[in-house]
Amino acid sequence: MAAGNEVTATYYIQHHLQNLTFGYHPQNGWSLASTSAEATEMGFWAIHLDTMGWSIAMGALFIWLFRKAGRMATTGVPGGLQNAVEMVVEFIENLTRSAFHGRNPVIAPLALTLFMWILLMNTLKIIPVDYFPELFARLGVEYMKIVPTTDPNATLGMALGVFFLIIYYSIKVKGAGGFAKELSLTPFNHWALIPFNLVLEVIGLLVKPLGLGLRLFGNMFAGEVIFILIALLPFWAIWLLDVPWAIFHILVVTLQAFIFTVLSIVYLSAAHEHH
Amino acid sequence: MNINMTLIGQTIAFAIFVWFCIKYVWPPISNALHERQKKIADGLDAASRASRDLELAQEKAEATLRDSKEQASQILEQAHKRSSQMIEEAREQARAEGERLVASARAEIEQEINRAKDELRAQVSTLAVTGAERVLEASIDEKAHRKLLDKLAAEL
Repeated sequence: MAAGNEVTATYYIQHHLQNLTFGYHPQNGWSLASTSAEATEMGFWAIHLDTMGWSIAMGALFIWLFRKAGRMATTGVPGGLQNAVEMVVEFIENLTRSAFHGRNPVIAPLALTLFMWILLMNTLKIIPVDYFPELFARLGVEYMKIVPTTDPNATLGMALGVFFLIIYYSIKVKGAGGFAKELSLTPFNHWALIPFNLVLEVIGLLVKPLGLGLRLFGNMFAGEVIFILIALLPFWAIWLLDVPWAIFHILVVTLQAFIFTVLSIVYLSAAHEHH
Repeated sequence: MNINMTLIGQTIAFAIFVWFCIKYVWPPISNALHERQKKIADGLDAASRASRDLELAQEKAEATLRDSKEQASQILEQAHKRSSQMIEEAREQARAEGERLVASARAEIEQEINRAKDELRAQVSTLAVTGAERVLEASIDEKAHRKLLDKLAAEL
């Protein structure tokens, strides 16, 4: 009984943490992975359909909501939706003004997109862990992991986008030479120490997106695992732990979206500055 | 938990959403926000200006009221003076008129008296002639004595 339970519990957890993967399998060709081992064998040329689908759905929801509010925007007394949207926009605007030194019309909308998108994706976590996997299992879909931010691909993908922007603005503001000089001559301004500086600075540069993506992923993934573990309890005891954890996660969801956004702004601000 | 194409897909989705936000989402909301801020600032400005205007207008109204009160009392005084003057004039005129009326009445009376005298005179002469005729019973040559009788009448 105990051993059997353990196997089912392990299976349950693994099942909930497996993405719906579509890719080229050496034996089966282009197919959906039916086990996590198959998904691993597909290698890099595979795609997580659930992560992509839910993240794009959340992004589209954000765009649709804010576009709707923007289209109806009046300078008079705002309605409910406009009020809420303006609150977020104003919050992001103030955040950008305080964290970003310089002038760049791209930063504030970028921050808004990051914040709202991550917030919406994280919020999916509040939905009980079994709802969607069960629903899709009935429809014949084996795996369904609905929170995109518990997939490192999603968080690192966004961090990669921010990283590209850091590189782009570093080169645009300082010039390719200026950027190279910054990498090679700081923190020690001596020609003999160029290799040392280079190693230091390149690691520093690469750590930015990695930290950004892994921080969000780590927080969300850990939270998700605990939700799944709580779901293993007897049904009458679940709410005892699930409710406090979910309430706590309202904070985590917002905080992680906020941290990702603020750090992106700070990194981009640093990219605009001459040393 | 494998790193795969999803990474690239997510980066592309991210780029598209950011582009869309920059292009279509941010500007209208931001514009509405800033326009409203400007409108409110303008409104507050206008309100303070209006209160200043009101103060000015009150001051002006008070000054006008004071002026008009002064003018009214002046006019009243003048009217008083003028009315007493008019009464005086009317009295004077009435006296003069009365005097004139009395004088003209007197003249008329005189005239009347004279006319009555004349008439009386004429009648007396006729009466005298008739009387004389009766007395004398003789015919008096009217032609011969007419002159005489006229002279008599004139003497009366």
